[in-house]
Amino acid sequence: MTDALDMQGNATRELVSFAIGEQDFCMDIMLVREIRGWTNVTMLPHAPAHILGVINLRGAVVPIVDLAARLGLEPITPTERHVIIIAVLGDQTVGFLVSAVSDIIGISPSEIQSPPRATSENAADFIEGVIADERRMLRILNIASVLPRTRVVEEA
Amino acid sequence: MTLKILAIDDSRTIREMLRLCLVRAGFDVYTAEDGVDGLESLDEVDPDVVITDINMPRLDGFGVISAIRAAESRASLPILVLTTESAAELKERARRSGATGWIVKPFDDVKLVAAIRRIAAM
Amino acid sequence: MSSLDDIKQTFFLECEELLEALNDGLADIEAAIPDDTFDTETINAVFRTVHSIKGGAASFGLEPIVRFSHCFETVLDLMRSGKVRPDTTNVRVLHRAADHLADLVAASRSDTPLDAAAGDALLAQLNALAGHAPQVAAPVVPIPDVTSAGPDDGDLAFLPLAIPFDFDPAGAGEPIPRTFRIEMTCSRELFANGHDPVHLFRELAALGDLTVEADLSALPDFDALDPLVCLLSWRLELLSEASEEDLREIFEFVEGLAQVRIEASSGAQDATGSQDAVEAPHELPPPPVATFDADPAARPPAPETSEADAPSTRREAKAAPGRAPKSTVRVDLDLVDSLINIVGELVINQSVLSQSLSDANVAHRSEIGGSLDEYKNLALQIQECVMSLRAQSVKQLFQRMARIVRETSEIAGKSVAFETDGEDTEIDKTVIERLIEPLTHILRNAIDHGLEAPDRRRAAGKTPTGTVRLSAGHRSGRVVIEVSDDGSGINRPKVQAIAVKKGLIAPDLQLSDNEIDRLLFLPGFSTADSVTDLSGRGVGMDVVRSEIQKLGGRVGIFSHPGKGTTFSISLPLTLAVLDGMVVDVAGQTMVVPITSVVETIRPDLSDLHMIGATSQVIKVRDALVPIVDLGMIFSYRDEPVDRARMVILLVETEQSERWGLAVDRIIDQRQVVIKSLEGNYGHVDGVAAATILGDGKIALIIDPEETARMADSGSAVASLMSAAGG
Repeated sequence: MTDALDMQGNATRELVSFAIGEQDFCMDIMLVREIRGWTNVTMLPHAPAHILGVINLRGAVVPIVDLAARLGLEPITPTERHVIIIAVLGDQTVGFLVSAVSDIIGISPSEIQSPPRATSENAADFIEGVIADERRMLRILNIASVLPRTRVVEEA
Repeated sequence: MTLKILAIDDSRTIREMLRLCLVRAGFDVYTAEDGVDGLESLDEVDPDVVITDINMPRLDGFGVISAIRAAESRASLPILVLTTESAAELKERARRSGATGWIVKPFDDVKLVAAIRRIAAM
Repeated sequence: MSSLDDIKQTFFLECEELLEALNDGLADIEAAIPDDTFDTETINAVFRTVHSIKGGAASFGLEPIVRFSHCFETVLDLMRSGKVRPDTTNVRVLHRAADHLADLVAASRSDTPLDAAAGDALLAQLNALAGHAPQVAAPVVPIPDVTSAGPDDGDLAFLPLAIPFDFDPAGAGEPIPRTFRIEMTCSRELFANGHDPVHLFRELAALGDLTVEADLSALPDFDALDPLVCLLSWRLELLSEASEEDLREIFEFVEGLAQVRIEASSGAQDATGSQDAVEAPHELPPPPVATFDADPAARPPAPETSEADAPSTRREAKAAPGRAPKSTVRVDLDLVDSLINIVGELVINQSVLSQSLSDANVAHRSEIGGSLDEYKNLALQIQECVMSLRAQSVKQLFQRMARIVRETSEIAGKSVAFETDGEDTEIDKTVIERLIEPLTHILRNAIDHGLEAPDRRRAAGKTPTGTVRLSAGHRSGRVVIEVSDDGSGINRPKVQAIAVKKGLIAPDLQLSDNEIDRLLFLPGFSTADSVTDLSGRGVGMDVVRSEIQKLGGRVGIFSHPGKGTTFSISLPLTLAVLDGMVVDVAGQTMVVPITSVVETIRPDLSDLHMIGATSQVIKVRDALVPIVDLGMIFSYRDEPVDRARMVILLVETEQSERWGLAVDRIIDQRQVVIKSLEGNYGHVDGVAAATILGDGKIALIIDPEETARMADSGSAVASLMSAAGG
């Protein structure tokens, strides 16, 4: 489902890359429904710190996750310049607050490396692979691991 | 001219099965859901063949046949009886009541159409 | 055009109706037992339902259903003819058979195999009733392979006739044509049964080369001719590769109405000879019945009907007074749901318009205000209609519960009279489905724990048969479903002792009767001395409570020692809309369901009293009502709302407990569309759902009861309840 075919018929993955603070991440473009500017949210009582609240997305109630806080990075204080990536996984729609969306890139599976295991960084738990070139390192986000509902189930 | 068939059965499933099979075979199909309903439809539909279930509320298949045969205008209208029993006794009863032929449920598409061909002007 | 798969779905839908009718019929028969007044038509109707299920199932090769319904209908047939008595014992077997048939249908529908053991036992019972044990279980009806019946994509590739491949007299690969000599003499009844030999000859001609010679010798003078009597006989010769069976099959229907003799002479060379013999080879004979066709009344030219389906569709929809069949349209539930959503948006849109109109200071009496009122009415009407699309009567649910009662009472060894009321009450389809589990559990509980054993009932001066009553009805904008029994009521000392023993409550806790009753809803609570097979299935009343809560409903218990217990489930009419009071809580806009608000109070300072450091109560008439500060309970602020400004919403729980919800101010009252929070997020304590307000912002809909329980740390029960309710 996540594989697209390029002109040569090779399976490549198209990824949306985005920045959270200083770090670069990406997620499969098939998961991304839309990208929108920050709007005010309705707070949810007793929610974990990384749940900013809910917004109305064309009649649906969609929770917004502060990805920075979720990944254990410095939480983002949202402003109009920040961006929400609306992602759909299965029957769940979630918005992710990120600093900025950078690019859409095509990656062949051979370019993806397993995440470094040695790291003790909290974020490593949420990463399914990395793409490194001379300029930068892109972390492929495992969306399923950052969904709010999963978190709720864990807590229950 | 396309043959017009009036199918009388209280089971919606069977009615739809009949319709599917008969429409595919190129017939015009009309349905009624019990004997009374079927008799009421006769003048409106003016069928070339009647297919009727036996066990139905209000008026059963034998009643339908007698009523049709009693009216002079349709005394020789071909009537097929749908029955779940293949017992000779039931066939005999159908024949005595004036049925032209019978089809044993569950019916086979090919056999049903063959049966119609044997009793109707096509 | 519908395909075979569509028809299979129709079959299952029809089965639902038939099973419902079957249960109704059996109930009617059961009711007639004491007076011994049996209506043959009732038994007949019951027979027909099983018969129809069998017939449909056979069409789809659903053998287990066919086999079982055949035995079932055999017994019903005997009952219809008076050979099997419809007494209590027998009708109980029939009830169980109906239940099993429903299971078989469900198993076929979901394509899951069913444990054969239960069915076998019932088959044996049915066979015993039918008076002939072993032979009925044999396969009864030949089941065609429906998959090979033809392509169901609607093309007209229809085989004209079966071509026999099995006949091979010479033993060689190629079938060899033979000449058949056929003699047919009609009886007088042939025409009376609607036969016309010409059609038979045409079919024969399709098998090969046919010659026909009519023998007119039996015809009387024209004056004496009775056109309705066939006095002809024919000699036919057919050169064909077909088998004798094929020929016999063509004559099948006229067997007994005509004398038919078929002789096969082998050898293709016969064919030439036969062709010489007859006058009109390859041609059908002139129709011998032409005289009858000339009668204009016999076959009036039918008007051309281009819309072949139209009259029949109307027929389908017409309700026959004798049976009042449901006329239905099958609609994808998703379609209904999106319609509900769109109508919801329409209602929101209407409130946005109202709001902007009032913001723009347009007088309510103005023309535009009047139009808007009309718009509002229309929107609400559409909403009501759309909602009713999802509504279903609880009848099937109740029938299902009747089955639970039968099964449970049998296992528990208690005699139970099951009464129902309000079967026609309509509820949202989804709600009905999700009520099955909780109701099952409550009913099992009522029979297992609620009703006493027959000897104890006698000792208490009651009838040995206990009564369990299931009722449904509309009450002040909600649907209320009640299960009551006339058993011993809740043994409160015992319940409390168990709760203490299990460490659920402190030993010295003073509890009101109602609080004790509610201990049953605590997780892990079970009052049975021995965990029976019935109620102790790993789920407790706490699950019932949380299931009902998920539906926006409440469960209440009302018990009277020695007289019985009533469980009351109160549900919203729809899952989609509620009348809400829009309030401001510490700057957040929230919605409180109006149904739970008894009154709104702008409190007099003298009516407010502090209890301890943070708890407050308000004096409402003579009662002291605890206050829940919504801003604090939801952690929107640390300090209680200003006492001078606050507004109290007095809410009442299912247990008739009153609470005051303190808010900053009331903004509005309006209908709001309920949006699930759980789909994309999860449950939030004290929050029932979300909604979208006129400005497009999301507001949370408060669950007053859960909120109250969260707040009430004073009562150990309540704090446990709120933990359980999450």
